[in-house]
Amino acid sequence: MFRNQYDTDVTTWSPTGRLFQVEYAMEAVKQGSAAIGLRSRSHVVLACVNKAQSELSSHQKKIFKVDDHIGVAIAGLTADGRVLSRYMRSEAINHSFTYESPLPVGRLVVHLADKAQVCTQRSWKRPYGVGLLVGGLDESGAHLYYNCPSGNYFEYQAFAIGSRSQAAKTYLERRFESFGDSSKEDLIKDAILAVRETLQGETLKSSLCTVSVLGVGEPFHFLDQETIQKVIDTFEKVPEEEEGEAGEGEAEAAPAEQGGDGGGAGDQDVAPMEM
Amino acid sequence: MTFTIPIENGDSVKNAEADSQRTLYPYVTGTSIVAIKYKDGVLMASDMGGSYGSTLRYKNIERMKAIGKHSLLGASGEISDFQEILRYLDELVLNDSMWDDGNSLGPKEVHNYLTRVMYNRRNKFNPLWNTLVLGGVKNGETYLGMVSMIGVSFEDNHVATGFGNHLARPILRDEWHADLSFEDGVKLLEKCMRVLLYRDRSAINKLQIAKITEEGVTVSQPYSLKTFWEFKAFNNPTAGAEGSW
Repeated sequence: MFRNQYDTDVTTWSPTGRLFQVEYAMEAVKQGSAAIGLRSRSHVVLACVNKAQSELSSHQKKIFKVDDHIGVAIAGLTADGRVLSRYMRSEAINHSFTYESPLPVGRLVVHLADKAQVCTQRSWKRPYGVGLLVGGLDESGAHLYYNCPSGNYFEYQAFAIGSRSQAAKTYLERRFESFGDSSKEDLIKDAILAVRETLQGETLKSSLCTVSVLGVGEPFHFLDQETIQKVIDTFEKVPEEEEGEAGEGEAEAAPAEQGGDGGGAGDQDVAPMEM
Repeated sequence: MTFTIPIENGDSVKNAEADSQRTLYPYVTGTSIVAIKYKDGVLMASDMGGSYGSTLRYKNIERMKAIGKHSLLGASGEISDFQEILRYLDELVLNDSMWDDGNSLGPKEVHNYLTRVMYNRRNKFNPLWNTLVLGGVKNGETYLGMVSMIGVSFEDNHVATGFGNHLARPILRDEWHADLSFEDGVKLLEKCMRVLLYRDRSAINKLQIAKITEEGVTVSQPYSLKTFWEFKAFNNPTAGAEGSW
């Protein structure tokens, strides 16, 4: 991205038809730590990498419960993300109060997108610098949406945002076709594996990631560290070997191919604990 | 019945204007609605009368209307307020269908929306003078509920408004059971409506029965109940007490 004379105001078009302030806002999303979402027909899993300012501080909260049936993971300016989460909670609870019925996630996402669009067309405002992965239920099942600072929104089977999200996206692109019919457990495993992709070499520990689940008949909740660690143990028990001999069935293919990505090499140098 | 609030700053002119904008008493009213859940959904009965005080002025008023795809609304009380409610619901259903996203308002949502509307109007001392019955079926689940003009709201297997509360509900409590067939349901409703016809001064012998199932709403053509007036006690009513009527 380059600086130029059309990028000061969000209400100034460039001669090539771009709004640079909006695009810069989307850059801010790419700077945040990764957030990943995937869905089956009945469940949505949101996972994110826990980044802390320093060793002394606690990590940023990046996943929020909006209602029993809607959760959101953010990447970018977390302050903007908190404000938008508060707006979403407000919309959901107002709908619940009037109609005693959960707000369909597809409608919430449109309200959110329209709110973001306003900030791209007022000279005294700035776009929200946060990307939101909204997972939720409506009458037709589970849905995952990505809301962009530009005011656009898209529905996804699986998606990743934030820094090093491309690695996670590559992993998800390979496997997304099977997600629709996945069980909840497989979906969680795939989410954690996708998180691992963004870590690029760091050993995956349950303290490094936050995972949340919601589904039909299952209200939004976070997985505790123990549960996450158990899932990690199923595929990190044996270090990634190129032959992929040991380890669970599904996890084999991914780590074996990812061996060159740095994850496998790193673990082979460090003596695995089980051996 | 009058609702009046003393307005502090107002002079008499302002008071009068403010008063004329609040509902004080009903003018054209509909009498009871009786509704029951049955095997396939909900059956609702009402007569077609609109009373102007003690005069049975209007005899072709439909007091039951379909709302969206899944609901049926019946109203007793002020007819103009019922028409106002239908306008609110029309807008609600329109906005809901404009989303065009596979989600639609079910009877529970409509019932709760109406409860909010009725209660909020009551809090402003400007009620919609109706008791509403909301029935419907969505995704195989049958729903039947009621909202009064002061915002009291509940669900049940059988509901009735107005005189129906006193005359029809005892019959329903004894004779209603789950999974009534359509024919049995209609017979039960007709039994209730006949009692109301005999005993409610504002009832007329022209009724409709509406049915709502998963497939949708059907409102029957108006018809009359057979009545019997040859009870022996009616022949010489003052036999036991000379001078009374």
